[in-house]
Amino acid sequence: AAPLNAVPGPYKLNEKLTPKEAVTTYNNFYEFGVNKEDPAQNSGAFKPTPWSVKVEGMVGKPKEFGLDEILKMKLEDRTYRMRCVEGWSMVIPWIGFPLSALLDQVDPLGSAKYVAFETVVRPEEMPGQSGLFQALTWPYVEGLRMDEARHPLTILAVGLYGETLPNQNGAPIRLVVPWKYGFKGIKSIVKIKLVEEQPQTTWKNSNAREYGFYSNVNPAVDHPRWSQATEQRIGEGGFFGTKRVDTLPFNGYADQVASLYTGMDLRANY
Amino acid sequence: MAPLSAAIPALPRRYHALSIWVLYIVGLCPAAWYFYQAATGGLGFNPVKTFEHLLGIWALRLIIATLAITPLRDLFGINWMRYRRALGLLAFYYVLMHFSVYLLLDLQLNFAAVGGDIAKRPYITIGFAALLFLIPLAVTSNNWSIRKMGQGWIRLHKLIYLIALGGAIHYVLAVKSVTAGPFVHIALIGLLLFYRAIRRPLLNWKRGRRQPARAAR
Repeated sequence: AAPLNAVPGPYKLNEKLTPKEAVTTYNNFYEFGVNKEDPAQNSGAFKPTPWSVKVEGMVGKPKEFGLDEILKMKLEDRTYRMRCVEGWSMVIPWIGFPLSALLDQVDPLGSAKYVAFETVVRPEEMPGQSGLFQALTWPYVEGLRMDEARHPLTILAVGLYGETLPNQNGAPIRLVVPWKYGFKGIKSIVKIKLVEEQPQTTWKNSNAREYGFYSNVNPAVDHPRWSQATEQRIGEGGFFGTKRVDTLPFNGYADQVASLYTGMDLRANY
Repeated sequence: MAPLSAAIPALPRRYHALSIWVLYIVGLCPAAWYFYQAATGGLGFNPVKTFEHLLGIWALRLIIATLAITPLRDLFGINWMRYRRALGLLAFYYVLMHFSVYLLLDLQLNFAAVGGDIAKRPYITIGFAALLFLIPLAVTSNNWSIRKMGQGWIRLHKLIYLIALGGAIHYVLAVKSVTAGPFVHIALIGLLLFYRAIRRPLLNWKRGRRQPARAAR
């Protein structure tokens, strides 16, 4: 990981950061295996450079962004809480830029209602993408409603802890939507497409009853198999004093984002 | 075909009791080792969950081993019946440790959360039921109970089939997707339970084949 320069971002968070070693060794990135340590152990052969991201679909000026160009965007420090749907959380100092800054460069059409994202497929570099038992179908796909995508909290992250993203964290570019469960934060993005219909999302395709399109962090709506009322802070407390904290609506970002969902039934639209 | 049992040297009878105690000690080693690792930072950044899961997986492995004793004897002539009680009791200890870690270290005695989990979440309901069903089996795992209960003991201990099935379902429902590891454990349990369904006709068929041969001699 190479050092990255960034300016302080607009959202301050006064919480203890999750240790870097935890952020970079306790990961869900099924393209590299389903165990938490797999992504760090199995991503050595992955090549995050050269890289480019195609932005296409309902846009006036479709464009393929090279990584150099992406790293020249105005990068900000964005420390966010990250809440995994499995019931654990971290506080991560990301480096990135608002997704809206990228979208502004391609002239989205008024008819575009959603943004669809796609992860790279490279079975030869990503061992979870080949073999007999594959956890999901590839490519991993995710999506956001246009207003969610344009929200100033939504960023494309290119680094963490002052350096470019390690492979296991979604190098070289990934999505971070801090009020949604972590799996919405699609990693190693190669394609962004503006579309009219709600896009397919990988976990919903895998199990629609358990993982919805919205997947906003919500302590009042349990996962069918476990409670979402509390979360375990990774890297704190250790073996004999697991640190459990209450999960907050919209992961603590309700003031900024609750208005996006006015009038929506968040139990039905989980 | 020479029976597989011929390939395994027989353990002299005087070592039988000792070997069972060795099995208890060896069987508890994974738990001790993982506990040491968890307590000293060797199990990663979520040591409680990892320890909890490892105990559960070893419980399933011990149940698989317990269920394998009968087919090993029927099909391969390997008589390890003397180890079955130890394997079954070890499985019970692992299930108990698995639950204790969940209760003490994971949910930290938050009984409301534990109760909610057991009542509302099928995989935890099933896992907890399997733990409860194991208790009468563990309590009656001694020679005195076998003598006292007679046929009732055999009927009671058939509960292990239900427990094994429950354990497998608990595992499938607990993982986000069934990959190679879970699949192997579940397939073995399925195979061993399936064997019980075909055991009687299979043994009758084998006996039937042997008898005419003997008569011709």
